[in-house]
Amino acid sequence: MKEFLTYVITGITLGASFALVGSGFVVVHRVTRVVNFAQGSFAVLAAMLAAWLLGGVLPHGAAEVGAVLICGLVGVAVGVIALGRRGTPPLISLIVTLGVSMLAAAAIILFWGQDPVSPPGLSGHLALLGVQVDRQRLLVLVATLLAFAVLGLFFSRTYLGKALTASASNPYAARLVGIDVRRMGLLAFALAGVLGGLAGVLVAPSNALSFSSDLPLALSGFAAAVFGGLSSPGRTLVGGLVLGVAGQLTAGYLDGSYQTEVALLLMVVIMIARSRTFVAEEAK
Amino acid sequence: MLRIDDLVVRYDAAVALDGVSLELGGGEMMALVGPNGAGKSTLLNTISGLVPPASGTVTCEGRVAQVPEGRQMFPDMTVEDNLVLGGWSIRNRDLSEVMDLLPDLARLRKAKAGRLSGGQQQMVAIGRALMAKPDLLAIDELSLGLAPIVVAELAEHLRYLNRERGTAILLVEQEVSLAVELCPRTCVLEAGRVVASGPSAELAESDEVRRAYFGDLTVPDATLAGLTEVQS
Repeated sequence: MKEFLTYVITGITLGASFALVGSGFVVVHRVTRVVNFAQGSFAVLAAMLAAWLLGGVLPHGAAEVGAVLICGLVGVAVGVIALGRRGTPPLISLIVTLGVSMLAAAAIILFWGQDPVSPPGLSGHLALLGVQVDRQRLLVLVATLLAFAVLGLFFSRTYLGKALTASASNPYAARLVGIDVRRMGLLAFALAGVLGGLAGVLVAPSNALSFSSDLPLALSGFAAAVFGGLSSPGRTLVGGLVLGVAGQLTAGYLDGSYQTEVALLLMVVIMIARSRTFVAEEAK
Repeated sequence: MLRIDDLVVRYDAAVALDGVSLELGGGEMMALVGPNGAGKSTLLNTISGLVPPASGTVTCEGRVAQVPEGRQMFPDMTVEDNLVLGGWSIRNRDLSEVMDLLPDLARLRKAKAGRLSGGQQQMVAIGRALMAKPDLLAIDELSLGLAPIVVAELAEHLRYLNRERGTAILLVEQEVSLAVELCPRTCVLEAGRVVASGPSAELAESDEVRRAYFGDLTVPDATLAGLTEVQS
């Protein structure tokens, strides 16, 4: 029983990071209809930046915040490249983001090399339901829940959040009322950069990240986002947690190398189950 | 308050507006009529700044807001959010003025806009445009798909708005009787050109205008040239 609880709790904390990466997919897709496959690159970049800044002069906290904010700016740059000229189809933008992620991997190798980095985080353990859990992993869970709460409030309560939602809901009407839809798209990319960066600085102390971690991270995040129909942050959180727990249970009772397959399988099952909903949403 | 000079708008090779000129005074109501594809919606979109002119000028003293064809709601958002976003350009979030003018919207505040009836959506679309405190309200197809009683109610709101607030109204309308009844002046567009313009009552009685209006493209150029003499 204790073994099972260990897998579940570890899975929840791991799933939180998937959800955080997934929320970046959701924010961009909600506003621009683009699937941003550079989402995993934000996390890797933030981990590299945080380690680099910590090795320099910045203390804990400032280094991580700095890394996340830089990722936000990088997000804007990715948005400019991916959204291109007005009228660029989302599918073309998706391919551009794939190209950007490859470019990002090359840039990371150029600046920081190929070795995985794991900047120091919170040390020690806490007992939770009789299970010893890393404090850093709990921090990931708490920060994720906080980020989702802020994201939910931002979209539902603030004027800017509503304008972002409106841009996705009906771009023509949004332009009609004076909303700059392209600027909203760039803002969504900036938010995605921040969310991806946050995932990176939180995950890296427990799981070392290297230039090649972007794709597995993006894949897990995308699976979580698909669970939320690429539009619901709340369901993305649930999707991330389900995925994390399923992956840990598989690793614990079967084989750790099946984790990516679990993510893919879960994504395929959800897509088949939700295909009618997707078709209905596309038809709107 | 609105002056359009020799306006040309192209969609790639196709000419949508071909040398359109018209003027609208402050607080004036004008109907814009013509067959499908005449360029009426393009003209409104150009006035609203959504479509760039290829040549010519659009000068407007004051703010323009548009009630678009098909209402164009933010369907998954509440009526209140739809209205509040209407004030985005001037950051106006105060609903009280619009609620005073369109009291029916008050009880629909929390309803999702996509679930409303056509008439209710048109009311929201008008309210959303009014949130921008426009000096000119450009309306694309007020009556399309709506019951006559609903249209009459909406028309009454527009009359009140024009009379009490002095808001100028440019109305694209297929329903000839409504256009004539509501707007003292009418402008007829066909194939991207103004073919007639003048007092609505006079134009409505003209057989040629009626033919042009209902999309009969066989009206000879000479007849249309004669019609322009009606211009005020």
